[in-house]
Amino acid sequence: MKKVYSRPKSLKKVPMHYCPGCGHSIIHRLIAELLDEMSLRETAICVPPAGCAVLAYNYLDIDMVEAPHGRATAVATGIKRVRPDNMVFSYQGDGDLAAIGTAETLHTANRGELISVIFVNNAIYGMTGGQMAPTTLAGQITTTSPSGRNTKTEGPPIRVCELLSTLENTTYLERVAVNSPANIKKTKKAIKKAFQHQQKKTGFSLVEILSSCPTNWKMDPLKSCRWIDEIMVKEFPLGVIKEVKC
Amino acid sequence: MKGKILIDKQFCKGCRYCVEFCPKGAIRLSTALNSKGYSFAEFDEKKSCTGCATCALMCPETAIEVYRE
Ligand SMILES: Cc1ncc(C[n+]2csc(CCOP(=O)(O)OP(=O)(O)O)c2C)c(N)n1
Ligand code: SF4
Ligand code: SF4
Ligand code: SF4
Repeated sequence: MKKVYSRPKSLKKVPMHYCPGCGHSIIHRLIAELLDEMSLRETAICVPPAGCAVLAYNYLDIDMVEAPHGRATAVATGIKRVRPDNMVFSYQGDGDLAAIGTAETLHTANRGELISVIFVNNAIYGMTGGQMAPTTLAGQITTTSPSGRNTKTEGPPIRVCELLSTLENTTYLERVAVNSPANIKKTKKAIKKAFQHQQKKTGFSLVEILSSCPTNWKMDPLKSCRWIDEIMVKEFPLGVIKEVKC
Repeated sequence: MKGKILIDKQFCKGCRYCVEFCPKGAIRLSTALNSKGYSFAEFDEKKSCTGCATCALMCPETAIEVYRE
């Protein structure tokens, strides 16, 4: 029999620290598959976040430069400007990208830096124990919103793709999810497209990925996947939010 | 089409994604535990695996290799 699927070369053969069913693990694998398929292993540079993915450099077998919390797109800007021929991407959670890193995210996008952002939206702060994030849904219970997020005092969840779509220099923004076979295939295509936009130097590209955090959502992994389908996509609709032809 | 899969039981964390999404019902969770204490996925050779690789697509731990004739 012929081998039709095995571990991508860009994904080190070590066990990951993520919880069972965590979306981060699936997203890492998709990135590694693309690094192999697009022959980017020697030229890609990833900027991982503070957050559960802080140890991504243990898994992706490419160059990595760790950024302080929220500063990934600023670090990536510097790298891309001095090494324009490298494929530069940040990998960030919602606390990292849309709370402490809001300024960096907005201004990097506004300047149209030629980088790609992999934005993992799990509607919560995973690493620090499940606090409310800017993307936490209305009514969602977290350790810092024990009676559910109150949008009157805490504002509604921020839709990052829609927000960035108003900026002239963003050229590819898509929201996808990693909760089913069909959605995982679409996520891979979206990340590939973001990398292609960077190669063609169209502008700033970002893929927002709805991703489960079974541990802090306090659900088993399969229920987390259903929760994305039944609840989360109502607040964060899937699809291409903006694309300028490349 | 005929296929088979190999599962690295030490990488598996028993999330059940492969069990749930295999269209042929060819994967179940073990009663035994792996060295980390998880029930792990086991392939049932008697079921008609097609080598579609849906299980590998879903697996967060990249614990599954897929073979096809
Ligand atoms: C300057 C600074 N402030 C706070 C922290 C603590 N901290 C680490 S990760 C994190 C948020 C993680 O949430 P998110 O970005 O959503 O990623 P996830 O863990 O959910 O993937 C925080 C507040 C820190 N590391 N550095
Ligand atoms: S806490 Fe949540 S995001 Fe972090 S590894 Fe566990 S499931 Fe994944
Ligand atoms: S390859 Fe397809 S049929 Fe075979 S075990 Fe995996 S999901 Fe099931
Ligand atoms: S999807 Fe992977 S980790 Fe989850 S039960 Fe199956 S083999 Fe184990």
